[in-house]
Amino acid sequence: MSDTNANSSGGWLGSDRRRLLIQEYGIFIAFVILVVVLSFSNPYFLTAGNISNVLLQTSINGVLAIGMTFVILTRGIDLSVGSVVALAGIVSASFATTSASAAVAGAPYPVFVPIAVGLAVGVACGGVVGAIVSRFAVPAFVATLGMLSAARGLTLIYGNGRPVPALVPEFRWIGTSSILGIPLPVIILAVVFAVSWWVLTQTRFGRYIYAVGGNPHAAKTSGINVTRIRFLVYVISGGLAGLAGMLLAARTGSALPQAGIAYELDAIAAVVIGGTSLAGGVGRVTGTLIGALIIGVMNNGLDLMGIQSYYQQILKGALIVGAVMLDQKRNQNA
Amino acid sequence: MRSLLKVEGLRKSFGGVHALKNGQFDLAPGSVHALCGGNGAGKSTFLSILMGIHRRDGGKIWRNGELVEFSGPAEALASGIAIIEQELSPIPFMTVAENIYLGREPLKRFGGIDFRAMNAAAQKLLDDLEFDIRADQPMATLSVAKMQLVEIAKALSHDAEVIFMDEPTSAIGEREAQHLFAAIETLKAQGRGIVYVSHRLSEIFQIADAYTVFRDGAYVSSGNLADVDRPALISMIVGRDLGEEYIKTNEPTAEVGLEVQQLQSPAKIEDISFQVHKGEIFGIYGLMGSGRTEIFDSLFGLDPDATGRILLDGKAVEIDQPSDAMQQGIAFVTEDRKKTGLNLTDSVRGNISLASLPEMSPTYVMRGREEAAAAKSMIERFHIKAARDTMAVSGLSGGNQQKVVLGKWFLRNPRVLLLDEPTRGVDVGAKREIYRIICDYAAAGGTVVMISSEIDEVLGMSDRIMVMRGGRSAGILDRTEANAQSLVHLST
Repeated sequence: MSDTNANSSGGWLGSDRRRLLIQEYGIFIAFVILVVVLSFSNPYFLTAGNISNVLLQTSINGVLAIGMTFVILTRGIDLSVGSVVALAGIVSASFATTSASAAVAGAPYPVFVPIAVGLAVGVACGGVVGAIVSRFAVPAFVATLGMLSAARGLTLIYGNGRPVPALVPEFRWIGTSSILGIPLPVIILAVVFAVSWWVLTQTRFGRYIYAVGGNPHAAKTSGINVTRIRFLVYVISGGLAGLAGMLLAARTGSALPQAGIAYELDAIAAVVIGGTSLAGGVGRVTGTLIGALIIGVMNNGLDLMGIQSYYQQILKGALIVGAVMLDQKRNQNA
Repeated sequence: MRSLLKVEGLRKSFGGVHALKNGQFDLAPGSVHALCGGNGAGKSTFLSILMGIHRRDGGKIWRNGELVEFSGPAEALASGIAIIEQELSPIPFMTVAENIYLGREPLKRFGGIDFRAMNAAAQKLLDDLEFDIRADQPMATLSVAKMQLVEIAKALSHDAEVIFMDEPTSAIGEREAQHLFAAIETLKAQGRGIVYVSHRLSEIFQIADAYTVFRDGAYVSSGNLADVDRPALISMIVGRDLGEEYIKTNEPTAEVGLEVQQLQSPAKIEDISFQVHKGEIFGIYGLMGSGRTEIFDSLFGLDPDATGRILLDGKAVEIDQPSDAMQQGIAFVTEDRKKTGLNLTDSVRGNISLASLPEMSPTYVMRGREEAAAAKSMIERFHIKAARDTMAVSGLSGGNQQKVVLGKWFLRNPRVLLLDEPTRGVDVGAKREIYRIICDYAAAGGTVVMISSEIDEVLGMSDRIMVMRGGRSAGILDRTEANAQSLVHLST
């Protein structure tokens, strides 16, 4: 069927450009429309306090979704991030608590110790999943489903099923402080986004990720170490899940064993709404960030309108499916 | 004279672009009619309209003198039109018989499938075609060539009066192709009409009675094949006179560029040894499954079980993975550009730089300007027709896609060029250009090893030819002593 699109003439070119424009900015336009509509329907929506609140609520999902973007770009999926949030949160908290029953010996440690430990837990979980996916060719869905269950179990064992309360103020500072009026978690999200954008668009590693997701066979015959790239994206996703786990614990002041349940679904939703293809090779971390913001803004807006959270879930479902439907239609027209 | 299928003024456009402007065609009973044209000529669009896959924008179709309009493949099939498609669509974990009779399985009294009758019917079909395939084998255990044969058997099983064959031999070996041609002769004798689409002109001249040429979406000419010769047909297809098909400009030197000693891989290839000189084009000919591609996989570090010695410029090299081979200056243009050559989701520029990313990012940060310059130079050097180098490579024609793959490897300035079916699915005009690129490279002192299953191509291009049979070398022939008979003889 290659005959049909081989003769590229001016008209086709024009529609190609238009398509690229929509692909590039379509999600952004949708976001702006949503913000405009909400700001007219509720005067409180566009206040500094509320904006800061929305960003704060988006920060954890945003961090997870950015990690998820790396994985999905290589044709993978990471279902384990919600459980890794809980495990990393509870383990790092046990180094930062004053509660005698929940602490490890010598706690509370200086704040960099729990942070390093939390990141290490996330990286380790991602490393295990990455090794299983890349070396043993286990489908990512299965490997990370296994980790979803195992990490939750480890969390319950580690904390005896109880929360770790009474975190030291220095640790809580990560989740509660502000710099120039901007909450620290929001700044962390911005940094994670900026670094990820740079890695994916400007570096060799980023190009490898797109190549592995676009066509792993062609990547391999072009001399790319496909196994290593597949391993590393899960390490990144795991590490960011560890970071998100600490942000959550620090914000709430204690680490809960049931934290992060179903967070992976919101992260995947943000990636999908942001236009990244689950088939791999196509997508942008900018889209993911806007996808996460759309989810955050929508939840917030519906809250302000006084709409029950049950209805919000239905709307979110419709949004996810609708976004992909539009995407498919666009691809067919192309 | 009665006509099985007659088409006039068929039109179709996609998004404002004419894929077909004036499709005209007339198929006589008991004949093989070759539909010729380059990539982008509108052949595939033509076929998919006749099969009811696409709706036409205008034009008339008569089937046995009656005006028809198909709204889907099922209706086309019901009126006696079947197709053997270029792209395979097997269901891997069903048996051959289940695939052939998919959707029309013979039933037993209570509605269960009559597997015995189905297997027997399928086996008879395969045996009549002399295809060496068991009907109760799972599809997944077959080679690509055999899957193609099953696809052929499936189309024939429909007992259709009109059969479209879209590049049916692109993935099968010479021997299977001869079985197919024998089957076509039988069908012809039964009064059926076959529409045969192929880029391989020698096949067309072997089996076809009539021809119709399309160019740029429009009918150009038609007639009896007996009345035209090969150069005349080629000039109709490309719209201009191309002169000699194979122009060799390279001259082998005395210096050995690549030497392979006792290359071996369990159950794939055995005891393969050869030398290729600088400036030489060394052809490898063999049937599907004869171990051709496996030689390249071993040389390029894609086969972990391979053993043997590889010498470049007289020095032994160790190759465990593709990046080792690339470091040594070996480039590998793989057989299937869509599967292993290109990242179809990426741009022309991205694909050209795909094998040179480390060189373009010494500090891990990509140097965008270098990349753009590299893409530009390859697009100019190989005359790649792309609107912009940032457009998706999937939007290019087959010939231009293949040139992108060549560009990807030429960017690395390779010492040794491994080419696996470098012109598969590429139209006549682009073929010429690719031949020229290969010859220029060899003439400049490059070492070329080229696998081809197209006899004309391997004879026309190679200085020497190694013939593969059953994973072993059946002999190395010099250009002067090789001919079609000797190749077929050695390979079977």
